[in-house]
Amino acid sequence: MSNASPNFLTSSIGKKFLMGFTGLFLISFLVVHVCINACIYFNDSGETFNMAAHFMANNIIVRIVEIGLFLGIILHIVQAAILIRQNNSARPEKYAVQNLAVSSKWYSRSMGLLGTLLLMFLIVHLANFWVPTKVAVFKGEEHNTFESLKVVFSSPLILIVYLLGLASLFYHLLHGFQSAFRTFGLTHKKYTPFIKSFGFWYSVIITLVFASMPITLYLGIIK
Amino acid sequence: MSHGNMNLTLKIWRQNSGKEPGQLVTYPVKDISPDMSFLEMFDVLNEQLVSKNENPIVFDHDCREGICGMCSMVINGRAHGPKTGITTCQLHMRSFKDGDTIVVEPWRAQAFPVIKDLTVDRSAFERIQAKGGFVSVNTGTAQDANCLPIPKDDADASFNAAACIGCGACVATCKNASAMLFVAAKVSQFALLPQGRVEATARVKNMVAQMDAEGFGSCTNTGACEVECPKGISLENIARMNREFLVANCKD
Amino acid sequence: MSKLDSKIPDGSLEQKWTKYKSSVALVNPSNKRNLEIIVVGSGLAGSSAAASLAELGYKVKVFCYQDSARRAHSIAAQGGINAAKNYQNDGDSVYRLFYDTVKGGDYRAREANVYRLAEVSNSIIDQCVAQGVPLAREYGGMLSNRSFGGTQVQRTFYAAGQTGQQLLLGAYSALNRQIGLGTVDMFPRHEMLEVVKIDDKARGIIARDMVTGKLERHFGHAVLLCTGGYGNVFYLSTNAMGCNATAAWKAHKKGAFFGNPCFTQIHPTCIPVSGDHQSKLTLMSESLRNDGRIWVPKKQGDTRKGNEIPEEERDYYLERRYPAFGNLVPRDVASRAAKERCDEGYGVGASKMAVFLDFKAAIERFGKTQAKKLSIENPTPQQLKEFGKQVVEEKYGNLFAMYEQITGENPYEVPMRIYPAVHYTMGGLWVDYNLMTTVQGLYCLGEANFSDHGANRLGASALMQGLADGYFVIPYTIGAYLSKEIAVKPIPTSHEAFDAAEKEVQTRIDKLFAIKGGKSVDHFHKRLGKIMWDKCGMARNEKGLKEAILEIRQLRDEFWKDVRVTGKANEMNPELEKACRVADFLELGELMCMDALNRSESCGGHFRVESQTEEGEAKRDDDKFTYVSVWENKGNNEWDLHKEDLMFDVVHPSQRSYK
Repeated sequence: MSNASPNFLTSSIGKKFLMGFTGLFLISFLVVHVCINACIYFNDSGETFNMAAHFMANNIIVRIVEIGLFLGIILHIVQAAILIRQNNSARPEKYAVQNLAVSSKWYSRSMGLLGTLLLMFLIVHLANFWVPTKVAVFKGEEHNTFESLKVVFSSPLILIVYLLGLASLFYHLLHGFQSAFRTFGLTHKKYTPFIKSFGFWYSVIITLVFASMPITLYLGIIK
Repeated sequence: MSHGNMNLTLKIWRQNSGKEPGQLVTYPVKDISPDMSFLEMFDVLNEQLVSKNENPIVFDHDCREGICGMCSMVINGRAHGPKTGITTCQLHMRSFKDGDTIVVEPWRAQAFPVIKDLTVDRSAFERIQAKGGFVSVNTGTAQDANCLPIPKDDADASFNAAACIGCGACVATCKNASAMLFVAAKVSQFALLPQGRVEATARVKNMVAQMDAEGFGSCTNTGACEVECPKGISLENIARMNREFLVANCKD
Repeated sequence: MSKLDSKIPDGSLEQKWTKYKSSVALVNPSNKRNLEIIVVGSGLAGSSAAASLAELGYKVKVFCYQDSARRAHSIAAQGGINAAKNYQNDGDSVYRLFYDTVKGGDYRAREANVYRLAEVSNSIIDQCVAQGVPLAREYGGMLSNRSFGGTQVQRTFYAAGQTGQQLLLGAYSALNRQIGLGTVDMFPRHEMLEVVKIDDKARGIIARDMVTGKLERHFGHAVLLCTGGYGNVFYLSTNAMGCNATAAWKAHKKGAFFGNPCFTQIHPTCIPVSGDHQSKLTLMSESLRNDGRIWVPKKQGDTRKGNEIPEEERDYYLERRYPAFGNLVPRDVASRAAKERCDEGYGVGASKMAVFLDFKAAIERFGKTQAKKLSIENPTPQQLKEFGKQVVEEKYGNLFAMYEQITGENPYEVPMRIYPAVHYTMGGLWVDYNLMTTVQGLYCLGEANFSDHGANRLGASALMQGLADGYFVIPYTIGAYLSKEIAVKPIPTSHEAFDAAEKEVQTRIDKLFAIKGGKSVDHFHKRLGKIMWDKCGMARNEKGLKEAILEIRQLRDEFWKDVRVTGKANEMNPELEKACRVADFLELGELMCMDALNRSESCGGHFRVESQTEEGEAKRDDDKFTYVSVWENKGNNEWDLHKEDLMFDVVHPSQRSYK
């Protein structure tokens, strides 16, 4: 048969590939993020933590990677928006009754919703921490990130917003991690169970460590 | 004519043609036997409608033994009804209770427009297959069948993919109305065999291009298609197609 | 006699087809492009023929009533496909396959056709494997075979219990390739309702678009009918709901003679009828008889459950009557024996029209072997049962699941109930060696023709015949006719013959709507089915057949006075489709009874009560009936009988015995 050459990136599978690729990139960023956060557990009044935060805010390589990170987020979001639109138009007339609960997990069907919640959380999160850091760098001042942590997480409202945001992250990761591997075609009867359980534990651990931070700060365990 | 003792309320999608709007219409049915198949229950209802000089409900069905892939009903929100691993025609009334209300709708997808009532047009599947669902071998050119040993595991995996009956339950179930499981089953069936490897690159590209052109959604890997597939076609095939597609696109 | 020329080539049996192939007229490629062929039906025969002819360069149009060519009922065949490959080194050969088929058909098939079938059987397997059909394999990578339908060699190729599906998907993929290349135009959801004849040659068809209801005209230099069998004349059969005789019947009324209409195969292992709502019957592969034992209680009217009847009160009647073959006797013998027991009052289940198929012994036997294999000493009975069930599940899991789904009973725990059901029709349009009917340019392939199976078809032979006709016979034989047609330009469908044919169809449809009677189409179909099953079913006698003929005539009159067809003609209308089909069944049913009445011998699937041995076995009458009954339609439901005498030069007819 003759060989048609559709554009890979505009094909449905190509778009999913980009979603998975950017998704995994963001997932890898979370590891860095969580490691830096974990510095508060030295419980040294944020000394180590601030050092790490300072490094992240000022190092040139990190600065460049940061641009990539934002591009990744934007690509992930834009691509998702396109896919959701297409997917919605693939079924213009909806079912009167649809019972999907028996055949799939709710969070696998709610990636768009979870993603939107995550985006909203991200905006709050950036406003809380990233913007003040940037302002400080811009002004050439020293910014005590740890102190601002304590201030921000003293509010129970913020704490709840963060916990909800992290819950969204957990479910988003729970599906997204193994889904990305399937999209890349990386399945194997020997290794897939490993990838799946790795994805599960990754989601659990990352979320728990992230969540522990506002909680411990709020409760005053970390000072 | 008395059959059994179940009384049910059916809410069935009626739509005169693709151009007109449709709606759910309520029909009570009485004296249904639990030994009846779901479609035989429809026969009873249609017989009643004919006796009242009304138009019977049009639905696709043929072999009534779960292999032709013609029957296609979403019953109470599930493709082919509440049980897994069977088609609508294999569903029996003993899966329901006396007094139940049952909602029956057609497959719903942009690529599967309603023709009438519960009948939809699945010709999109045909067009996808015509793009590459074959090995280009003319009649009479084949070598002896045993000249090409094929590992049993590969042959079995290929068979499992080839068990697809093309009913479209995967599309009907998928929240995105994606046809990935169907196309992946076809691609895999050939990709797993040496006969199919020759044209593997062109096949996967052509079939995916046609799938996209038909207006199916994309795959979110929710896995619902695998659960509702009456033949248990594995998600593994979707991964294989993704891999094939990626490799095919890297090649040129 | 003069009207029937079977055109069997001269020469020795082994040389006929080879010589034919090298001497048949050819059509040159540039002429093929200008020749149009219509194929009606897209099962194994139709799809394979359409694909092969398109590959040769002909312009092909394919019609099927389903929404996809892949849904033709060939897809439902479970067991397998025979071929004389002798891969098992067990002494198989083309000759043995030929011999078994002729003998299995009770010496009522043409030697030359059957030999050709056996010859091309090997190429079919090669072709299917090359297409990527995933046939079962051994660990060494070679194709696997099983023994099927009581043959003594392992020549059956299979793909689990879905051989028909896989073979059809193979042919369908070849068809799809041609559709993609633009050499085949596919018309799904189209039903052929008339043949168009011009100057005594078939030149096209009238087909109804089942979505819009529009009648369409299509021209073809030749027309191929690959429309399957007519088992649905019995209403209940293992055929799909839509299987019908309409295309063949219209052809018959336009001059194609009908061969052996009464030859019907009743398959022994079907799930019994559960009530009057029953719309179709489900077959379970007869491979179940390899391990299951068939029995009824020794006591008449025994109402106990199968499990409650002790061993000594069971009558394993097949093992008793046929010690050599036991439960593996051919289909017709097994079916009749079941009917005999039920008629005598030994039947089981609520309807009393069923016999038990029991896997208890098999489960025990498998359990013991499995325990040995796992080196378990002194296994408990519970363990043995578990092991046995596992083996049975591996071998027959899908069939057992199907049984449980339909009946609600667990066949691992209670014996299955089975009863024979109409499965296949050996009769069909009469064709010559070229597969051409008595109408020039009108061909008939697969189950739709009368051809190769004689009075009884062996297991795993139907798939073989459908594909043989389509892949390897028609591409050659059609050249004999089309080579003389190269000068014929496509005839415009405005030709008066198309006008007349379309008008005929339109009139018939209008007439059906005009009746506005009180009873549904199904009502008549069910009544016809009952007459056929009771009087032209597994056992037939003169009195019953004569009654049946009268009853069918009455029913037909009633149909044309009192049928109610709802809806309109110009829309999707399954009631109209059914009405058109049942109208034809009501004529075909009569012909079947007439044929059964004429053939006062018993042979294969045709059992005349008057013609049996002292032990109640079928008795052939070779002196009087070694011929094909070929019926010519004279209009007004009258027929002339022609006889094609069968010559047996190589195989000598003997009475079949499975004792």
